[in-house]
Order: sequence, then C-alpha cells, then structure tokens
Amino acid sequence: MNTIHITLVFLVAIYGILRWGYPRKAEIASGYLRYVLLGIAAFLILCPFVWLVCAVFKDKDVLMQYTFLPAVSDWSTKTLNFNNFRALFAGEDTVQGRVYFQEYVINSLFLASTATSINLFFASMGGYALSKYEFRGRQGIMAFMIGSMMFPSMLFLAPVYRMIFAFGWMDTYLALLVPGACSVFGMFLFRQSMTSVPDSLIEAARIDGASEFGIYFNIIMPLVRPITGAFCLITFLGSWNSFIGPQVFIQTQSKLTLPVVLNQYMGVYTQQYGVFLAGTLLAIIPPAVLFFALQKEFVSGLTSGGVKG
Amino acid sequence: MKGSRKRAITPWVFLGPYLILTAVFFVYPFINSIWLAFHQTNGPRSAVFVGLSNFRFVLSDPDFYTAVKNTSIYAVVSVMIQLPLSLGLAMLLNSGKSRVRNLFRLILFSPHLVGQIFVGILFSVIFTPRYGLFNRGLQELVGWGLEERWLANPSLVMPALIIVSMWLYVGFNMIYFLAALQSVDKNLLDAAHVDGASPMQTFRHVIIPQIKAVAIFVVVMSTIGSYQLFELPYALLGGFGPNNSGLTIVGYLYSTAFETGDLGTGAAIGWLLAFVIFIISTIQIKLAKVE
Repeated sequence: MNTIHITLVFLVAIYGILRWGYPRKAEIASGYLRYVLLGIAAFLILCPFVWLVCAVFKDKDVLMQYTFLPAVSDWSTKTLNFNNFRALFAGEDTVQGRVYFQEYVINSLFLASTATSINLFFASMGGYALSKYEFRGRQGIMAFMIGSMMFPSMLFLAPVYRMIFAFGWMDTYLALLVPGACSVFGMFLFRQSMTSVPDSLIEAARIDGASEFGIYFNIIMPLVRPITGAFCLITFLGSWNSFIGPQVFIQTQSKLTLPVVLNQYMGVYTQQYGVFLAGTLLAIIPPAVLFFALQKEFVSGLTSGGVKG
Repeated sequence: MKGSRKRAITPWVFLGPYLILTAVFFVYPFINSIWLAFHQTNGPRSAVFVGLSNFRFVLSDPDFYTAVKNTSIYAVVSVMIQLPLSLGLAMLLNSGKSRVRNLFRLILFSPHLVGQIFVGILFSVIFTPRYGLFNRGLQELVGWGLEERWLANPSLVMPALIIVSMWLYVGFNMIYFLAALQSVDKNLLDAAHVDGASPMQTFRHVIIPQIKAVAIFVVVMSTIGSYQLFELPYALLGGFGPNNSGLTIVGYLYSTAFETGDLGTGAAIGWLLAFVIFIISTIQIKLAKVE
C-alpha cells in the first residue's frame, strides 16, 4: 500500500457510499464519478508538465534523485538553483564558433511571426475571393485545393529540396518561408467564415466608392476577427514547432531554430538533462502564452474547418 | 461597364499569391517528384534515368517493410485506443457545467501545443529506467516497471510511442467529439428519455448516429496523421531506436533522401506513402458508408 493506492481506494469508497447510501439520488454518485475520472485524466495530462518545471530547477546531481521536488528540509542552493539556465545561456562552442541559446529563440520568434503574418495576408485574400466573388473557375480551384490537401507533404520534400538548391536559397530563411506562404487550410477557414458576411454590406461600400482591396481590408477582415485569431495561432504553432524544414535547409548553426537545436542538445548534454529540459520548457512558453490569450478563438476555429457535427 | 470588368479581374488578383505559390511549390514539385522517382540522383544537381529500379530497391529493402509494419501497428493501435478514450472524455465533459467544461478542455488539450520534437525530448527523460517519472509512477501503481528500458528494448519502443501519442492526442480528438456531442439534438434525447430508453440504448440509437460523421472524420484524420509520423520517435529515440524498432515510413524517407542523399529513392518512397494513405483512407470511408 502506498499513497497512490490509498488515494484510489479512498475515491472508490466515497463512490460506494454515495451510490448505495443514497440510492434515490443516483445523479450525485454519477456526478462524483464524472469529476473523479476527469480529475484523474487532467492529473495524468498535467503530470509531465509539472515534472518538467520541477526538473529544470534541480541541480544536475539531484535531478534524478527526487521524482518532483526535494522535501522542503532538503531545499538549498545545492539541490535547487538556476544552474541549468546558466549553462543553457552560457553559449555553446560549435565547429562554427560560439553560439548562444538566445539566438535560436530570436530565430524561432522571427520565423514564426513572419510566417504567420504572410500566411494571414495571403490566405485571407484567397478566402475572400472564393467566398464573395462569382467567377468562372471558382469551383475548379476549390476542387483542386481539396485534392491538393490529400497528398502527404513529404512527397514534395525531395523535389522542393532540388528547387531550393537551384534557386540558391539553401541556408536562407526564404527556403522556410516561401514554399508554405499560403495555407490551403487557411483559405478554406477564411472562406467559410466570410461567406456569412452579408453581401449588402459589400454592395453599400461599393456604392460609397470603396476600392475592392479596401472592402476586403477595412470591412471584411475586422468582421472575421475570431477566425483570424484561430488561424494565427495554428500557423504560429506550425512554424514554431516545425523541424524537418530547418533541419534539411539550414546549415549555419546560428541560423537554426529551437526544435532542431534542442534535438541536437540531447546529443551534446548527455550528462546534463537539465540543460535541454530547461530549453524545452522555454520553448513551450511562447505557444502556451498565445494559446491562453486566444483559446476561445482557437477551439472555434479547429472545429469549424470541415466538421459540422 | 468598366467597373464590372474590373471586378471580374479582382478575384484573380486576390488569388494571385495562392496561384503563383501553388504552381511553383505544388504543381511543379508534384510533376517533378514523378520524374524524380524514376531517376537516380547524385547530390541535388545530377540525375540519371534508372526506370523502376528505385521502386525495386525500396520494395526489396527489409528496412522498408520494418517501417511499414511499425507505422501500421502504431496507426491501428493508437487510433483504437484514442477513439474510445477521447469519446469517453468528451461524454464526461458534455454533461458538466460550462465553466468546468472549459477548464478541463483547456487542460486536456494543452499537450497538443507542444511540438512533437519537444514532446519527444521531454519523454526521453521521463522514460529513464529506475529514475524516470513514468517508471517510478508505474512502480508505485502496479509494483512493476521501475527497471524497464522503454526506449532501449526493441519490444517496448512501440508501446512507449503509443503511450506518448495518447498523451499528445487524446485531448485534441476529444475537442471534435465534444463539438459533435454539443450539437446532438436535445429534443431527441428528451424523447428517448420519455420513452424509457436506457442510457446504453440512448447512446447506441440516438447519440452514435448523430456523431458518426465526426467519428469517421477523426478516424480518417488520425490514420492519415499516424502514417506521417516521424518527429516524435526521431526525438524520443534519438534516431530510429534499437533494431530500427522506431523506424516509420517518413523516417525511412527522411534517412534515404537526406541522410544518404538519395533524392530519387526518396521521391519513390513518397509515392508509396501517398499510395498507402490513399488506399487506407478510401477503405475506411467505404467501410463507414456500408455500415
């Protein structure tokens, strides 16, 4: 018997009491059961995060000694300190000279925000054209878009690699930003929410002499704010977490991004898990902050694309 | 007159970036990947026509079959575990209060924010024998598993991978089920209740038919996603694992095209992958229609 077993027996015992002690009020027992099960699921999901946060502050000598944190009586700068972060930011000597962790953070931030801005602009313009204009070829373009989404992206990596090489874009951010600059998924997302904007609004603006681009930019875009938030988050996450692109196209160490570098660190800091765990924790924070700021939009955006329950 | 002609061009201007990008980075590479699959490359510049020998090489390479086997086991098992689990969680959440629902939805979804590489790094330490969080938790719970070498024992690599993917995707799939459950017709549920249907009967005859479309969507999307698995095992195992026990089809493609530098064979594997995905999703959609 240990703490986990005792807790589980305790939880089951309470259920038994509720279930058979109050047989007429079955909803109390079932409500209790629901929250216990959800609580266990939430606990299991959060456990690795809590463990990570504890791990990065433990000294490398005691990192593995304690599951989470040492007992309060053992707290000292010998067990809990910022050494992992110090080692992380002290820089690392590579064959291409000394590179600092903050350089990778800046690269990742720059790439993710640039990719998001470009994609937002291109995908929303495309979605607007597909939702509010009648023209020959519209159905054909949409069928083509759906078809193109069915092919795995890895199919294109070898030929795109040759093209990037031919363009002279090897080891530049153009290789990472240009090929994915207009998301088909995003165009569908914007098309879907722009379709519900009344045509009369657009007609009125035209009569008032607004330009076509002005209508898109000043009237339509402000009306689809929620989907814009969702799309920005999805694109940012995709770029921030992307690995194969930078791994294949970027060679200069100081131009690399966080996923590639942290994957390398696992081989570099083999005896200091704390260092690359600290880097991983820092790499999780920006998407998490964005997500909490935009979480309502995100969920509505995820479930509106294609699925109508 | 002038205005309407201008308006006829406008949508094409708005679609311009998409059309140009898709021509250059989709249509051309698409055709080029067919061409490339029949050529042997030596670096990105030179290419010699070799007929079907790229495909012949891949189809006679035992590593390819290892990759197909691993990826298929992963896809089937993880979908079979995740589907009931995420539907179950969605049903637990569906009847709760909306504030509680939002909180749990947020928590259960949160792993999906973390990229596969970061998840792989995190769990590579969590699975450490004797000291890792997972091994310690398992020991406490069932009294076994403290010394298991999850990532070094070829027969435990796949279970470990499936456990990590459960952590990563259960909440993500749950969001779709929750959205579907929220839109189940309340009148039908009331009618079933009035007619004295048991919860099981209600689930079987009222809820399932109404969420079936979403369930099919989730199954097809998870299967397609599973067949493109690469980054998670690559980071978790620091490569492809002992005896290639963590080698996936995309991993095999990656190592052939970019570690060995054989782009032609890489393109051939890409087509085989597209073919496998096409066959499987067609079968799934057909089966779903028959039922």
